[in-house]
Amino acid sequence: MSSRRRDALAGYLFIAPQVVGVVVFVLVPVGLAIYYSLNDWNIFTGEMTFNGGAHYSELAADPQLPRVLGSTAVFAGGVVVLNLTLGLLLAVLLNRRLPGVTVFRTIFFSPVVVSVVAWTLVWGFLLQDNGGVNGLLEVVGIDGPNWLVQGPTAMGGVVFTQVIRSVGINMVLFLAALQGVPGQLYEAARIDGASSWTIFVRITLPLISPTLLLTGIITIVGALQAFAQIAVLTQGGPGISTTVLVYYVFQTAFEFNDIGYGSALALVLLSFVLILTMVQWQLRRKWVFHES
Amino acid sequence: MRADTATVARRGRTVGWWLVLAVLCVPFAVPTIWMIASSFKPLSEIFASPPTFFAANPTWAAYSEVFTFQPFARQYFNSVYIAIVVTLLVMLVSSLAGYAFARISFPGRNLLFLVVLVGLLVPSETTIVPLFQMFKSVGMINTHWPLILVTAFAAPCVLATFIMRQFFISLPIELEEAARLDGLGRVATWWRICLPLAKPALSAVAILTFMSSWNLYLEPTVYLTTPELFTLPQALTRFTDAYGGNMWNVQLAAATLTVVPVLIVFLLAQRHFVEGLAHSGLKG
Repeated sequence: MSSRRRDALAGYLFIAPQVVGVVVFVLVPVGLAIYYSLNDWNIFTGEMTFNGGAHYSELAADPQLPRVLGSTAVFAGGVVVLNLTLGLLLAVLLNRRLPGVTVFRTIFFSPVVVSVVAWTLVWGFLLQDNGGVNGLLEVVGIDGPNWLVQGPTAMGGVVFTQVIRSVGINMVLFLAALQGVPGQLYEAARIDGASSWTIFVRITLPLISPTLLLTGIITIVGALQAFAQIAVLTQGGPGISTTVLVYYVFQTAFEFNDIGYGSALALVLLSFVLILTMVQWQLRRKWVFHES
Repeated sequence: MRADTATVARRGRTVGWWLVLAVLCVPFAVPTIWMIASSFKPLSEIFASPPTFFAANPTWAAYSEVFTFQPFARQYFNSVYIAIVVTLLVMLVSSLAGYAFARISFPGRNLLFLVVLVGLLVPSETTIVPLFQMFKSVGMINTHWPLILVTAFAAPCVLATFIMRQFFISLPIELEEAARLDGLGRVATWWRICLPLAKPALSAVAILTFMSSWNLYLEPTVYLTTPELFTLPQALTRFTDAYGGNMWNVQLAAATLTVVPVLIVFLLAQRHFVEGLAHSGLKG
């Protein structure tokens, strides 16, 4: 065997565990989900009967689905916008020579290492009518609402809890990107008399745009999959006001035992993730700065 | 005189920034501190009006109840051992695959890399129903196998493979070429030359993987029914009394036990955490 072919063989062996793993634990299940979504499943007899796409017409007829998709958009959109803005703001604030700056970095990052369920439980308690958040608001004379029992504030609470827990990761990635911007560029701009804001918009943002794009993708894909936060904080309520798509999939498949329709919903979720990712990659061509 | 005013102005600015940052810190730090403080309160004090921050009469009662109410030590062990096994597996699988995708040329490499990347995009909620049936057909329901296997090969591992590939691409190739001229095979090059250099990327991979295993919630909820097999996130939500009401002080004690050790490890090794992540190749 030539050394080239031996090398190629080594390559296949090196990637084999990962490729086989993805095939068995991701691709085969996706194929099965498509199959389930096209069948009616009698859970008592285990029989499958092809139903000619009835579950997909069910999607169009489901009176709850538009609200679920709306909540999903509000949740994912809210998380992405808030997360990227706050992450960038914190990174800019921390990207200066200030004594004790690493202490603040540590504090902002710390919720990332706190167990999601523990973090959500604590916030669930703090957001109660007589909880800590309203206690704090009372000090400044505001009579806070019972956050988690009203639709809009419940959604706000879920988004806020999620963003505060995870923004540390984006902050650190932005900080690394900011530190990669060459100092001469700032000096040159300042000599030309550019304001701080102009410098930020015209130099900093374009130069860190690859990071913005990647964190944007990771954050939105993560937000579309946030299950524990919803399950622990609101169980999709009040009513169905915080029932996002992942939670609806879970309820349909595991609480109502409707595997066929649950699979159809799960594939809707998958197509959203794929479409969003493709859109973001297309955007990359348009507005992301390339060093080359 | 002028130098003094300048110093004062600089000090003033520093204090100003500190104040801004300190206010921003409140929602990040206070919940964790409050959780720890409240775990030492009796249930009656949790809802005391006016609310207290620190316990008036600190008690360990909630902590002992954590262990009598559920097999919490066992659940703790489950979470720890699963996270360690998964992390080690992912470090092995992803560093092998990441190295090959970055360095070895073989037909179909780009296509296979795309196939692997798909694993990062498919939500676990999409695959959980079929996976449940697959694991059921091989008798693995109510075991830890699904939690280990899916995490060790699906999305968290693909993210790790991506990070490792980015890292190995950025590594100067001269080192390896010299080693290979000396007659080192691929395995030896990977193990002896590349892995020791990949410590920052490996630590990022280890941290991210450990956290995703540690935080798994949907999977244990779906696969596990015996309390002895539960993992921590799942156990934390089960501290409810006969009427379904939350036993807040016990829950907060259990949450504290879950959070504090990881937080201590983070504080001790935070440089590795943050810098490992920052240089993980996730910068784009």
